[in-house]
Amino acid sequence: MKKLLFLFVIALFASNFVVSGDGDKIPSATIKKLDGSKINSNTFSNDGKPIIISFWATWCKPCKKELDAIAEEYETWQKETGVKLIAVSIDDIRSSAKVVTDVKTKGWKYEVYLDENQDFKRAMNVNNVPHTFLINGKGEIVWSHNSYTDGDEEKLYENVKKLIKGEALSH
Amino acid sequence: MTKPYLKSSLVATFLLAFILNPFNFFAQEEQHSKPDVSSVHGSFQIDAQYYNADSLIGAPKVPEKLLSNAFGNINFIKGKFSAGVRYEAYNNVKQGFLPQYKGQGIVNRYVRYQDKLLDVTVGNFYEMFGNGLTLRTYYEPGLLYDNSLDGARIISNPYKGITLKGVIGKQRYFFTVGPGIVRGVDGEININELFDSILGSMKTKIIIGGSFVSKFQAGQDPNLVLPENVGCYAGRLNIIRDGFNFGGEYAYKINDPSADNKFNYKYGDALYLTSSYAGDGYSILFQGKRIDNMSYRSDRGEALQNLLINYLPATTKQHSYTLFALNPYATQLKGEVGFMTEAQYKIKKGTPLGGKYGVEITVNYSQASGLRQYPVGDSATTRTFYTTKWDFKEFSGKEHHVDSVLRDGKYNSYSVSYNDNYRYYQDFFIEINKKFTKQIKTTFMYSHQFYNRNIIQSGSANAGFKKLNADLFLLDVTYKYKHGSAIRFENQWLLTPAKDIVTTSNGVGKGNWTTLLVEWSVNSNFFVAVFDQWNYGNPQTGSESLTPTKDLRIHYYLVTGGYNSGPHRISMSYGKQSAGIFCVGGVCRNVPASNGISLSITSSF
Repeated sequence: MKKLLFLFVIALFASNFVVSGDGDKIPSATIKKLDGSKINSNTFSNDGKPIIISFWATWCKPCKKELDAIAEEYETWQKETGVKLIAVSIDDIRSSAKVVTDVKTKGWKYEVYLDENQDFKRAMNVNNVPHTFLINGKGEIVWSHNSYTDGDEEKLYENVKKLIKGEALSH
Repeated sequence: MTKPYLKSSLVATFLLAFILNPFNFFAQEEQHSKPDVSSVHGSFQIDAQYYNADSLIGAPKVPEKLLSNAFGNINFIKGKFSAGVRYEAYNNVKQGFLPQYKGQGIVNRYVRYQDKLLDVTVGNFYEMFGNGLTLRTYYEPGLLYDNSLDGARIISNPYKGITLKGVIGKQRYFFTVGPGIVRGVDGEININELFDSILGSMKTKIIIGGSFVSKFQAGQDPNLVLPENVGCYAGRLNIIRDGFNFGGEYAYKINDPSADNKFNYKYGDALYLTSSYAGDGYSILFQGKRIDNMSYRSDRGEALQNLLINYLPATTKQHSYTLFALNPYATQLKGEVGFMTEAQYKIKKGTPLGGKYGVEITVNYSQASGLRQYPVGDSATTRTFYTTKWDFKEFSGKEHHVDSVLRDGKYNSYSVSYNDNYRYYQDFFIEINKKFTKQIKTTFMYSHQFYNRNIIQSGSANAGFKKLNADLFLLDVTYKYKHGSAIRFENQWLLTPAKDIVTTSNGVGKGNWTTLLVEWSVNSNFFVAVFDQWNYGNPQTGSESLTPTKDLRIHYYLVTGGYNSGPHRISMSYGKQSAGIFCVGGVCRNVPASNGISLSITSSF
């Protein structure tokens, strides 16, 4: 009964937030840089240009396929749009030491962070990896996509370009 | 039974109402600087399956016919405050999960305040001290692993480079909380940030940390004097310079008699080391550990994955392809030594071997071995205790009996036999990734695995299984035939020598296996896949004099289709799935074979 009451209260407050979803800021969570220092996810910025946040793991084949595919085009993407990719690894202690070796061997030029106990993953409501978010120049989450199939990176980049032009994004 | 839970629900309700109330004090204060942006986010996932009984593959009859696991999260954020709940429903829980997950309810709710100095959470939270050797609360919905602490947590950054944490609470136990209270503190100092003016620009980064955790559980055993407060502490060091990384942590736990160690009064300890060097296009990695009697739970009588306070990661390669992961390793909480080493190299593009796109090569070797146990005399009772010694020879997994042998009038040291029961797991692994053209990508893998099924699955050297040696191969080819559309072909083999073939009903190793997968990504929204896992080498072919006569060289076929759109994904599959083992948090669980239709929906907003 009391649980129901609790649910009711939650629902009541939820109903107060009429506008939700798109346009929200990146939630706050502490994550680790590859040099061991900690930063808060709400400090991500790219001088008013878009940011791609990609959740991945060293054991996730489709995640690495996606980041490999983007790596080949990344220089062009950056030149054309100024977009920045932030790769957040959700590897736990068992495999998080492999993040830096994978990134350097592959030669990825991304900003890479460790989310070893998945605080940021939970704050962003990511259920499975890969999960990719697009952040606009104001730091608002405007688009996201779960899973990867070959060629998805092209669609992602189309949306980056649309975002810069101020056009509606497609799923 | 759920009383304490309800009480804290009420507290959480009150706090939530307080925080989200637009007229409250904090919100007004905030308005002076900038307007508080509030947002609501969430996610949900539903996994349902319709089961057909199938005696041939060993799929049991499910009385409910349909079983489902579902959860939903909602998070509210308003400036420096956030709050959230998670609702879970099991009607009833799917096959292969613990049956105590029954029914539905709110299993996680919290309120949190965060600013630059202070981060306070009341309710359920997930925390990790260092590498998790003393404390790690974690959530993995796919495995129904949730040992969240329900209580309070404070994190503070009193001075640059210094992080202090304090936690107290009880752990989630299905739809209630466990009996033990867990308290802990952790401190971490980033030396470079602390002495910013002198060391801030230094290339070498040094981070040190320490933690202390204590659990309390009343001891009411009539025969044993049980320690009611069990402390566990650890120290750690990280050194990072350019491509070089070193991390080490040592943990010590006082005597903690429990069901895991058969109420032995021995202390526990753990050492975990990791080191790597990575340059442009190459890297080497080493991970090693020794753990001894380090199971640490907030209920000394518990087993499996229940109420674990700490985390002892396996130092073996984490496989993701079906047959490579058919015999997964899980850390033996009682004690083990293990290591993994991995080298990666990328042959540059434009070289004769590298071709147009380069070639990536990974070589990995890992193993885990048991600790020697030395009996301790206990004449007062009939109980048998053991102790252990630090001995790096244990890494070999072999126990050599070295006898002096007289030959030609001289004594030569000569190894005459060795006991193989201490060798738990070995895996030698090679992966080669090559992209031939813009359209064609391939992966090749080889692995040789040694798997001590007696220890890993039954925890006893005398369980009667044969140890498994297997050679595994994989070829994965993706052909991207047009913009956004691709076909993926995957073929795996698991080959076992005839001497290692097991026919016991609970053994998964049943001779040779092969799998074939064809996956068609029609466009970025739709995919369909056909998968066949064939136990073609099963020794039971139907010609034996067993009754009833069965041909167990079974095809486990599975057809899957799915639709993705943005953060939403729905997939459906029909077919048979073989019995398997899934491992988490140092324990494995058996998932029975199944035959039926399954549906999975996941979404976030």
